Formats: sequence, structure tokens, C-alpha cells
Amino acid sequence: MAPPVPPPAATPKPGGLRGWLYKRFPIQEFIADQLTGYYAPKNFNFWYFFGSLALVVLVLQLATGIFLTMFYKPGEATSFDSVEFIMREVQWGWLIRYMHSTGASVFFIVVYLHMFRALLYGSYKAPRELLWLLGMLVYLALMAEAFFGYVLPWGNMSFWGAQVIVNLFGTIPVIGSDLVLWIRGDYGIADATLGRFFALHVAAVPLAILLLVALHLVALHQTGSNNPDGIEIKERVGADGHPLDGIPFHPYYTVKDIMGVGVMLIFIAIVVFFVPSFGGVFLEAPNFEPANPMSTPEHIAPVWYFTPYYAILRAVPDQRAGALLMFLAVALFVFLPWLDRSPVKSMRYRGLLSRGALAIFAVSFVALGYLGLQPAEGLYVILARVFGVGYFSFFLLMPWYSRIDKVKPVPERVRFHGHA
Amino acid sequence: MAGDAVTGDDQVDTSRRVFLTAATAATGAVGVAFALVPFISSWMPSERARAFGAPTELDISKIDPGQMVIVVWRKQPIYVVRRTAAMLASLAGHDDRLKDPTSSESDQPSYAKNLQRSRTGEYLVLIGVCTHLGCLPKARFEPGFPELGADWPGGFFCPCHGSRFDLAGRVFDGSPASVNLRVPPYAYQTEQTLVIGSDAVNQKGAA
Repeated sequence: MAPPVPPPAATPKPGGLRGWLYKRFPIQEFIADQLTGYYAPKNFNFWYFFGSLALVVLVLQLATGIFLTMFYKPGEATSFDSVEFIMREVQWGWLIRYMHSTGASVFFIVVYLHMFRALLYGSYKAPRELLWLLGMLVYLALMAEAFFGYVLPWGNMSFWGAQVIVNLFGTIPVIGSDLVLWIRGDYGIADATLGRFFALHVAAVPLAILLLVALHLVALHQTGSNNPDGIEIKERVGADGHPLDGIPFHPYYTVKDIMGVGVMLIFIAIVVFFVPSFGGVFLEAPNFEPANPMSTPEHIAPVWYFTPYYAILRAVPDQRAGALLMFLAVALFVFLPWLDRSPVKSMRYRGLLSRGALAIFAVSFVALGYLGLQPAEGLYVILARVFGVGYFSFFLLMPWYSRIDKVKPVPERVRFHGHA
Repeated sequence: MAGDAVTGDDQVDTSRRVFLTAATAATGAVGVAFALVPFISSWMPSERARAFGAPTELDISKIDPGQMVIVVWRKQPIYVVRRTAAMLASLAGHDDRLKDPTSSESDQPSYAKNLQRSRTGEYLVLIGVCTHLGCLPKARFEPGFPELGADWPGGFFCPCHGSRFDLAGRVFDGSPASVNLRVPPYAYQTEQTLVIGSDAVNQKGAA
């Protein structure tokens, strides 16, 4: 099969302004290569919304963030007041800030669902290992971005959250205490710390995220998307040289994704207008008091998107081991492409072992997220240990269970039922 | 690879080119490393932060027995406790429940590396920052404090992650903190004046 690819139809060269522009800038070529000529599998489902949604949230965060920067003043004496100023006195400032604070949580919801999709359909497996690694770097940068952003309002939870997270670096042997001093720039979390976190939050990390997202997309367009059946559509090409099971990204998936964006914006609007603090989960109550280095809040919990890792940290009675395991809990994602020995990508064709392991992982992650919001005492700690074991066994036992798991035969073409 | 394309008289000395490229890259890397120094150093505490980190004085004549005062030194709360005889007596008898009863793994000046972890038994001086992740431990001096159990000898309790310390700042087993609360350098300028942040007093009356 696979006859030689016919030469692409000559693109019309319009005159006028467009012709002038096209001669000087490869817009037409870009659209033809990356949008109308980029073929994506035709069997995408619900789980395939979240990549483009993450991109939309990124734009939302950049736009709202730029406007917040115009009114926010970093500094021990000014940060808290300037956020209150935005909330109470800047015209529509409350809306811009709530969009930004809600956007942060939505970013993580969307990214976690996007990552779960990869686990569900084996999207991290060859040939998409680099795509997965670049995605993991985006995730790490996003965690740093969210942490720095959380410190900026200089509420009491901002301060103590920063204290706890920065002190994690103190558990590193030998260099720990000097490293912490260097990060803070003072003998405690102070003005110097706030200033550098602001610079990192508004300039350094966003630039890194933009670059990494661009690289993530380049890697995606090189290998092409995976799909719910985990079949490489490029292996079955039609007479026109395009994958038989592929459809052009534009207009088919741009239209689908815009619908998803609409639904997401409805959810964001509901949160922004009716429950902006989301019951203390998106914005925590102690953060409505100014930072007080002499008073620890009764109960310190990070924002919900870090709580699974935080629960692991607290579940370990030894401080250094706890920090190490927390770090490992994030780092293990990086090794997934090499831990997974299954000949099959998608859970659709995997057996009970792989499916069960993924279910245990998902339940453990959510349960740890809940436990990380609760006080570290009694039953909560014991449960955090149980689910921590569930979390780690998903990764560490994967080379074993993914190899002996009974897999079903994978069809040659994707399963797809068009609408009549 | 550029060398492969060229043939005949114009042959490129590839090994020379590789050497020169490597040498240029290495020199450049050294330059970048030096250029990084001011940027990395800029994150260290500024001269102002260092000046504000100078030793601080505390008049201890007003502290009642059993009372704790908190002063700030280097942005950290310093707990100064005037311990009663009963509080000092409570330190003996629970060594088997401590992670580091002799403070051999913990951070304190040599003059505070003793059972009472202080220069004089009566006054306890601690950095009030949990050695786990930096929260402020709360004073729970009453023995048998309800939440902490009947065998609680009195001490400090960290609300963040539940670390427990005795009245010398020594950490109990089962706490996430692995070492005792730190003791800052301090000295007595006079009998009633404590200097926090310095091991020795230069003026007369040094302890």
C-alpha cells in the first residue's frame, strides 16, 4: 500500500495585502502544515479536550496576570494592602483577581485530567516519551508558578506556606541551611523573598512555561496524537497520503475544542461569581489576614493541587525521608515511559492488572488530596500511609504487572462510529 | 559534518576544527560561570538584612518563674523561658521517649549541649521555629495537657505537623521533626541582661 504522496495542490497566491504578507511570512505554510494539514485521529473523545483547554487557561492567566501586575505592589508593607486595593477599589479589580485565582485551580484540574488521559491511553509510551517529558517539565514549572503566585498576596497562609515549602530545601544534607538562606535572602521569609518570588512569578516562570508549551506542541506535531485505541494512525495511510483514521485538526478539532472552551468558561464563571473561594479550597481563610511571622495558623494546608504530595510528606515520621518521598512522588511520573512494559498502549486492550493498578492510583491520588487538607493526626495519618502505598505501588510495581498482564488483541483501525 | 562535504584541495582539517570548537566552548563556559556569580550572589542576604541580623538584648528581670517571653532575632521568634524547679525536674525520666536525649545530633552552642540545654539551668533560650518545616511550636507547659496525653511532661507542641518537644526543646519519638529545637548563640551581658545572637559579651560582666 501507501502509494507515493501526490504533490500538494498549488496554493493560490493572492495579490494585494495578503499576497504582500504571504511572500514575506510563511503564514500559509504554517496553517497548511500545522492546522488544515495536520491530521489527528478521528476517534478523540471527551478526554481530548484538556490539552487545548490548558492552553486557553494559560492565555487567561497571562491576560489577567498582566492586569493584576499593574496594581499589585510587592513588598512586606504593600503586598497585602495592594491586593485589598485591587479587590475593593480598582474598577472591576475583584473580577480580574478572582478570574486569576480561579484560573490557577482550573489550570491544575485541566492538567490533572490531561495527565490522567495519558495514563488511560498510554500516551506516554514510545514514540511519545519526549512529548511526555516536556509535558512533565510544564507541570513542574506550573507547580513553581502556582507556589510563587500563592505567596504574593502576603496573607498569613502565604507566609507560612512559603516557610514550610522553603524549609523543605533545608532537609537536603550538608548544603540545606545555606540553600534556604539563599532562597529567602534573609534570616526569615521576608521582603527579599517576596521580591524574588514576584519576579519569578510574573516573568521568569511564565516565559519558561511558554517555551516549554511550544516545545510540547512541536513534539506533539512530530509524532501526532495518540488516541483512545492507542493505534498509530500514521501506519495506515490512504491514497492521498493522509492517515485513513485521521481528520484535519482544523476545522474538525478546532470546532470541537471551542465547544469545550465554552463549557469550561461556564464553569469558571460559576466559580468566579458565586463561590470564588470555593469553600476555602481555592482561597484559604487564613489568607484573608496579613502575614504574621509571629503567629502560625492553627492548621497549615497548601492549596488543594499540592495536597496529595503534602499528605505523603506528613505521612512519613522521618522528616528527610518524608521530603524525599514527596519529591519521588512527583519524579516517578517522569519514568513512566520506561516503567510500562505492556505491549499495548490503551487501557481498552489491557487486562485487569493494569486497569486495577490505574484505578488504585486514581483513588489514592484523590484520597491523598483529601487527606492533605485534613490535620495530620490519628486516622488521617494512617489512611495517608495506606494510600501512599497505593500511590507508589502503581509506579514501582508497573514493570512487573504491565508485563504479565493479559492483553487483548488491538484492532488494525480505530473504533469509530460516525453520526448518521 | 560540514567537513565531509568538502573534498580535494579545500579539505578541512576536521580535528583542528573540533579542537578549536571545544576550546572556544570551554572558554565561553568559564566566562558564563564567572558572569553567574553576581546574579547568584544577589540572592544572599543584603547588607541591610545582615545589619538587622545583629545581636539583640533582652532584660530578663521581669520574667516570672514559669513564664515565657518571645523576642525577635533575625526574623525568628526566640523563646526565653524562666523554668521553675518543677519544670527542670520534669526533664529527667523520659530519655527513652526522646529521639536525641543528649542533643548529639542537634544544633546548639557547646555551652548548651547539656541536659537542660542552657548556660544556666533556669533560663531556656530556644529558636522558636520547629526543626521540621518551620512552624512556631506552641507552649504547652502544663504536665498532662489534655490533647497531649497523661504522660505529657510539659513542653512545646507544633500545630502544623504535630511535633512535640520537652521543656529543654528535645524532640519526642513519633514527631516528624528529627532533631531538637535549635538554641541560638547567647550570653549574659549582666546577670539580668541577655544578649541573643552572640556567644560572648565583649564588655565587662561577661558570663
